[in-house]
Amino acid sequence: MSKIAATPQVESAVRRRIAQPPARASERLFQLALMAGIAIALIFLVTLLIQVAVRGIPGLSLSFLTDLPSSDPGKAGVGPALVGTLWMLAGVTLVAFPLGVATAVYLEEYARDTRLTRLIRTNIQNLAGVPSIVYGLLGLAFFVRFLGAFTGGRSIIAGALTLSLLVLPVIVIASVEALRAVPNSMRDASYGLGATRWETTRRQVLPAALPGIFTGVILSLSRAIGETAPLITIGALTFVNFFPASPTDSFTVLPIQAFNWISQPQAEFHDISASAIVVLLVLLLSMNTIAILLRRRFEKRW
Amino acid sequence: MNDVNVSLGGLAGYRSGPTAGPEIDEAVFTIEDLSFWYGGFRALRDITMRIPARTITALIGPSGCGKSTFLRTLNRMNDLIPGVSLSGTVRYHDLDLYGDEVDPVEVRHRIGMVFQKPNPFPKTVYENVAYGPRIHRMASGKGELDDIVEQSLRRAALWDEVFDKLDQSALALSGGQQQRLCIARAIAVGPDVILMDEPASALDPIATLRIEELMYELKETYTIVIVTHNMQQAARVSELTAFFTVDVTEDSQRTGVLVEYDETGRIFTRPSQQRTEDYVSGRFG
Repeated sequence: MSKIAATPQVESAVRRRIAQPPARASERLFQLALMAGIAIALIFLVTLLIQVAVRGIPGLSLSFLTDLPSSDPGKAGVGPALVGTLWMLAGVTLVAFPLGVATAVYLEEYARDTRLTRLIRTNIQNLAGVPSIVYGLLGLAFFVRFLGAFTGGRSIIAGALTLSLLVLPVIVIASVEALRAVPNSMRDASYGLGATRWETTRRQVLPAALPGIFTGVILSLSRAIGETAPLITIGALTFVNFFPASPTDSFTVLPIQAFNWISQPQAEFHDISASAIVVLLVLLLSMNTIAILLRRRFEKRW
Repeated sequence: MNDVNVSLGGLAGYRSGPTAGPEIDEAVFTIEDLSFWYGGFRALRDITMRIPARTITALIGPSGCGKSTFLRTLNRMNDLIPGVSLSGTVRYHDLDLYGDEVDPVEVRHRIGMVFQKPNPFPKTVYENVAYGPRIHRMASGKGELDDIVEQSLRRAALWDEVFDKLDQSALALSGGQQQRLCIARAIAVGPDVILMDEPASALDPIATLRIEELMYELKETYTIVIVTHNMQQAARVSELTAFFTVDVTEDSQRTGVLVEYDETGRIFTRPSQQRTEDYVSGRFG
């Protein structure tokens, strides 16, 4: 062991500090502030969840999931709203997932870095911040009115397309990030073997980015099925006493159903509104679980 | 088999001037007045050299001298970087590599590359080697593909270590094994040339030795061009050595130039240029 050559002054200062460590008050204070931040967020969340659960769980039953809404809160169910939400889920997945991933692949793997592509990138970020009601107005004007002959007006298609537009920027951003996280050494390896850009993207880059892309997509889908405002704007119904069977049928979704019931004067409706919210929450939580499972599965595949 | 006929005159070789080199019978690459730019930055100036078949040619020189850039012009890997440009000619056998009709993807199929850091795909050992033959549709069935994979791994001196873990992740292999896997992967597509960009710089001495032994075997079949920071490595494995350095011009522009190209023994013992002498004797760089 070699000795550290410290001057006597330094040595005595170090000794003093070891013997009497400073209080480090700022350290403790900062830690407390951070914990307080977490505590406030958690307290509100837990309170909300408990309240919803206490009011909503008693009203849950299999028939609540399949019944039609009714003027009698004891007989009412979320059947059509649940089906409507599942339609939205399927529609948005079908439209926004391929479009969003394709856009991200183009921007990240194909497009040259020009002023135009930079402008497009920036504006995709901006689009992600546009209030959802604006998408509702766009959907009303374009999908319901202008394309009404094809979409059937205030239909499932119009709703799914509107929600697709809403989540598209988020999917693009998440996918771009996931593609960017794939190291360039992997692209080099593939090109070095005489692979084309498409082969490299399709067989190396996309599979490596897939877990990240899935997470982004599923989180955006969760956002889509929680949306109310744009669907009310395009004229989704609030009272649906039939099961939508084709994409051109009119529809409602869980959050609209919950909103409809909570606006009723009777307390019984408020309770089944809470039940509808529990159903929505369970759906969201299962989607997030699927996201995590998919991520694990794809990361372990090799 | 000795296709290289190194001129005894050294400087009196292929071309006059400081870039004169050994006399070569069968050149795989003939590079003439090659200059290369990254945007406005000139990374290489007027490189002229011929690289012989089935030989190991080493490119040495200090950091930033453009030797890696030069290596990457040989299989058009630089094409992937936006904003690059090039003048002069690079001929591969009789083909002008930068001719209009040349498909860079095909070039990289024939001229493989091994990188500084082992970069196996995050897939199984088998899939790493099978990827190239798959995209080039080289095997007509599972059996044929299996054969290619086994042959490639044998040639890369890796088969005995991985034959029982072909379906395990390549990332579980050691660094040296990963680099030999990358060599096997390059061999699997049936290249003519293998370019190696400091292939052992991330490896320990024993793994390095194995890579060097492997290179020695591979040169029987392939033309190998290797960039190395390690002068002992260049001295050990190569027959020919090209010394690159950084030239600073009057307006303090830095650019890579080829100082001397000759038989490796000559470069390390009796170089004709003062700058080569300074570098190989450790007085510079």
